[in-house]
Amino acid sequence: MSSISLRKIKKSFGALTILHAVDMEIDKGEFVVILGPSGCGKSTLLNVIAGLDECDEGQIVIEGKDVSGLEPSGRGLAMVFQSYALFPAMTVRRNLSFGMEIAGTPKATVTEKVAWVAKLLQIEALLDRKPGQLSGGQRQRVAIGRALVRSSSICLFDEPLSNLDAKLRAETRVELKQLHETLGSTMIYVTHDQIEAMTMADRVAVMHKGKVEQFAHPQSIYEKPASLFVAGFVGSPAMNFLEGRMDDAGRFVTADVPIDIDGYAFEGARPSGEAVLGLRCEDIVVVEPGTPRSVPAKLAFTELLGADALGWFDCLGKRFSVRLGVEAARSMHKEVGLRFDMAKASMFCAVSERRL
Amino acid sequence: MTAATVRRGTAFAPRAARIGLYVFLVVSAVFFILPLLLVIMNSLKPMEEIRQGNLLALPVNPNLEAWATAWASACTGLDCAGIRPGLWNSIKITIPSVVISTLAGALNGYALAQWKSRHANMIMLLITVGLFIPYQAMLYPTVKILSTVGMFRTYAGIVFVHIIYGLPYTTLLFRNFYVGIPDEISRAARMEGASFLRTFWSIILPISTNILVVVAILQFTGIWNDYLLGLIFAGNDNLPMTVQLTNIVGNSRGVANPNVNMAAALITAIPTLVVYFLSGRYFVRGIAAGAVKG
Repeated sequence: MSSISLRKIKKSFGALTILHAVDMEIDKGEFVVILGPSGCGKSTLLNVIAGLDECDEGQIVIEGKDVSGLEPSGRGLAMVFQSYALFPAMTVRRNLSFGMEIAGTPKATVTEKVAWVAKLLQIEALLDRKPGQLSGGQRQRVAIGRALVRSSSICLFDEPLSNLDAKLRAETRVELKQLHETLGSTMIYVTHDQIEAMTMADRVAVMHKGKVEQFAHPQSIYEKPASLFVAGFVGSPAMNFLEGRMDDAGRFVTADVPIDIDGYAFEGARPSGEAVLGLRCEDIVVVEPGTPRSVPAKLAFTELLGADALGWFDCLGKRFSVRLGVEAARSMHKEVGLRFDMAKASMFCAVSERRL
Repeated sequence: MTAATVRRGTAFAPRAARIGLYVFLVVSAVFFILPLLLVIMNSLKPMEEIRQGNLLALPVNPNLEAWATAWASACTGLDCAGIRPGLWNSIKITIPSVVISTLAGALNGYALAQWKSRHANMIMLLITVGLFIPYQAMLYPTVKILSTVGMFRTYAGIVFVHIIYGLPYTTLLFRNFYVGIPDEISRAARMEGASFLRTFWSIILPISTNILVVVAILQFTGIWNDYLLGLIFAGNDNLPMTVQLTNIVGNSRGVANPNVNMAAALITAIPTLVVYFLSGRYFVRGIAAGAVKG
């Protein structure tokens, strides 16, 4: 049974439509990351699930129960906010116990739960402090603690790591993932950071302009992006794109140069018309100029990244990034050929922007 | 901010700038304190010294006789019981008016800060307009309304009028304070299951100390010093000190006693001074605090 079903969720603010009929099925215990650029509607979607914003149309079903009309407290969810949103005048202990106090939980249970979550997150020493006396990372832990303390089976996160420095962010990422494995609760996590999405998610929902473009395992998002937007948004450096069209012989032609695309597995029948060929930087091989099935290219510059390197080549009127070994990058010639690994390439319809 | 400006000033200009600044500050302080000193001095003089006509002379035989007269036996119209009865009237009018108008303003302000729609802005605009209409323009309708419901010239009536006339001001101040508090705090409280009132009471009010003090002081000073509304709406049994003070000063029977008048004025002013000195620190802090830090 799925934990959360979103059915045709629509939301607009005035004339501006934020969510266009979003559908999503989230399984019990799953860690789902909603990924997208700012303004794509991902936070609105989370607020709609939480019940903090009402959706205009559609249905939210949580564990078999339609909660669309319910207040947040009636939905059995917990949420961690981007700014932590701790209650400034209360001690950490009261921040943790406030929700249970309202729910009328017996005192003994409250004490026990607070002790449990404080131990889990190692914030026992902070319990009698006020939020103003905590560092950013400590506030973060308390905010997570407040969400976990009532053992809600579903936890929502709204960009919880974006206010932390890079090192702390990486540590907290790992911890959150472990926490998820320990507790086994369903987690929905909103972020614009693709590294968080790739590392933590069981499944990633990539959102763009109020629509879910693709909802899949992070690796398939990376390897088989369902749309041009997903292909361009996920991955760093961005995917190399070549605009062209399919000719009658079934070849892909760009800038009057035909490119052999044998080996590419089309989703359906071999299409015709305008198309875009996308290649990740690691799916391009540098070869001797003039090698069959290669295109001539000129090296512009290389970037050493430590473990490996990036070569930037001018080819077919575009600039291509190619991942190289450090040694290869150092001894790279100016004139080379590039060969594309069509088995790993992506092709998109130029009109619908969907994968072909 | 002033300190920083001064420091930057000395870094560029020589001492002259600083000396000039202090001269200016001292002159302003004297300018503001002088009238008060004069009033205190003359309230301590007996009538013979007053009659000599030198207002600026120091008292030769300082005594509290004028104070005693002002407090207990000066004539306000027909009664000669001093300003004493007015003190209790002022207290019982001011305290509930300040407490209720401040708390209601806080609740209003929080609701308006939370409610994000054009209607909320419209209501805020109307409330602000309420601030700009002079009391005098609203007196007649208010009298009419209160006498219709039988509250004209009653204790409840004067308190009610003070609360209503204070609300636009307190609402505006609180609303502007609460707009600066991150929305997520209220949303987090909602996730925890707290109702609107519970959130206001348990989470928002405890972080509003500074603004509460500022608004309460402003309201206290305003209501305590009010003369017009007290005169019209309080009724003879509840006349506040300010009205009785005017009666003492304006009493045309017998000779004028400036020393008694000044003593009465000082007695009337003492509570606001005390309140200011006790909470001045919060006052400055509250005015300086733009927003709350988590």
